[in-house]
Amino acid sequence: MTPLSLAFLPLTDSAPLIVARAKGFAEGQGIDLNLVRTTSWATLRDRLVYGQVQAAHMLAPLAIAVNLGLSQHPAAISAPFKLNVNGNALVMASAFALALDPEPAKRVNDPEATAHDFANAIGLYKRKPVIGVVHRFSSHALMLRYWLAYGGVDPDRDVNLRVLPPSFMGEALRLGEIDGFIAGEPWNSVAVAEGAGEIVAAGVNIWRRGVEKVLAMRTDWMEANAETVDRLLVAVSQAAAWCDDPANREELAQMLERPEHVGQPAEWIMAGLSGQLMLRRGDAPVAVPEFVLFHREASGFPWRSQALWIYSQLVRWGMVEADPATERQAADVFRPDVYRRALGAAGLPMPGASMKLEGALTAPLPVGAHRGALTLGPDRFFDGAVFDPEDISGYLAALAR
Amino acid sequence: MTPAATLRIVIVDDSGLRASVLEEGLREAGYDDIHVVLPQGAFVAKLERMAPDVVLMDLGSPSRDTLEEMLAVSRALARPIAMFVDQSDDAMIGAAIDAGVSAYVVDGLRKDRVKPILDLAIRRFNAFARMQSELDEARTALADRKTIDKAKAILMQTRSLSEPDTYALLRSTAMRQNKRIAEVADALITAHSLLGGQP
Repeated sequence: MTPLSLAFLPLTDSAPLIVARAKGFAEGQGIDLNLVRTTSWATLRDRLVYGQVQAAHMLAPLAIAVNLGLSQHPAAISAPFKLNVNGNALVMASAFALALDPEPAKRVNDPEATAHDFANAIGLYKRKPVIGVVHRFSSHALMLRYWLAYGGVDPDRDVNLRVLPPSFMGEALRLGEIDGFIAGEPWNSVAVAEGAGEIVAAGVNIWRRGVEKVLAMRTDWMEANAETVDRLLVAVSQAAAWCDDPANREELAQMLERPEHVGQPAEWIMAGLSGQLMLRRGDAPVAVPEFVLFHREASGFPWRSQALWIYSQLVRWGMVEADPATERQAADVFRPDVYRRALGAAGLPMPGASMKLEGALTAPLPVGAHRGALTLGPDRFFDGAVFDPEDISGYLAALAR
Repeated sequence: MTPAATLRIVIVDDSGLRASVLEEGLREAGYDDIHVVLPQGAFVAKLERMAPDVVLMDLGSPSRDTLEEMLAVSRALARPIAMFVDQSDDAMIGAAIDAGVSAYVVDGLRKDRVKPILDLAIRRFNAFARMQSELDEARTALADRKTIDKAKAILMQTRSLSEPDTYALLRSTAMRQNKRIAEVADALITAHSLLGGQP
């Protein structure tokens, strides 16, 4: 057995790592998996960068930021696998949500209208709203910025973005330290259940195939331990398939409930897993289809174009200077080559390309695959913009108009 | 004034005990501009006003994301602060991470001025962790003794054994089952109450 330590944050999307251990997928690949529960992304990053763990459940933009030297000291880390797609939601205090559509389901299902309503609500609110984000370099923060900007809100000027760990958000909202937050499940459902706020937007309705967490590892370790990495990816991919099967949801929610994992009631974890979200306390759950994906459509495949979309947003918000060398460095963080090597033998359908247009699919599309049939689901951005990784400056210029 | 005294050190910690263990050590070493801040509410604003040269913080603290965001965007801080500024000393960084210390240091501060502070923080954090685990052990020992006493009382009552005999019986059972005596005692108490005995 190969002993491996992996760090994770208590979030629903740590599920593939927890399941890899709990359901024996890691053991089946000869891996003795030790999971290290961590509360903050800074600590998780340091544990990974300084070698306390071999791999980690990491925000995709943070993995890129660490490589670019934007989050403390630069370090080479790679993401050969995506742990999930989407799974986030925006929760706002009821006092703020009052100024949005009175029907909570309409807010979530119509992100275009809600973005405009949100912009108006800022003017009506008692102060410049303070919105909690889990990290400057989080998928959620980038998604929130994208959505706010569509409504004409400057996320650096018109709202205060405040960084807090996901598990602190509900408490901070209840105490009035923040007026809303965007985070991964189960923290949105928990905050709603406790009456702290209302879910007003869902990540999946902003970008239907939004990149979320990756399995990150130090690049030098990954290169030196190729055979171990392959076994780890097989185990985590099998676990992700198990997580994606609706028949396993109940058991998965029970497993995540345990204090050493997520440590929140299974009932609320279940809401995110099934996409049946209670948007406001006491209301009947509303179906938000495809709220989180773990395995379908080769969703673990780290498309280089997705790393580049993240890079484009870092440029957009002035977090990094546009530069061809930086662009290449960002794209290189995602390692489809390692994914293919590790999972090629497992019989999974394997995308033929490593880059694609992001946001171009409005309907399912069968695509070229090396093995089996692969159909990609709709991956539209809510505003209809299409990201062409070959023309980032053109894309950014169009967004700015 | 010693050179040490010119450095302003802020300790961000929600364990008051650990913060004072660290503060005391730093004072003994000649640093006297030391502030302890609880990582709650508007601690970041407080920190900005203090303009520290070195910030010491528990590596596992959930508030580090909030602190790092402040370091990334703050205009109030004249000089940038980053973690473990000198990356050349791998052994030192390893020891700090193992001890659970994170240190944020202003840019330009010389390595030889930071090293003694970090060394001291590592030693004090380790000493505190040892103290904590000794305390935990003492607590467990106390809880174990209470459980064993209760089990002995049950055995003395139901099997009319002497106290030394009840202890010998518990011990030999534990050895046979490859368990701790307290575990056997605990199982006995549970079984006894299931069978209707008074707990």
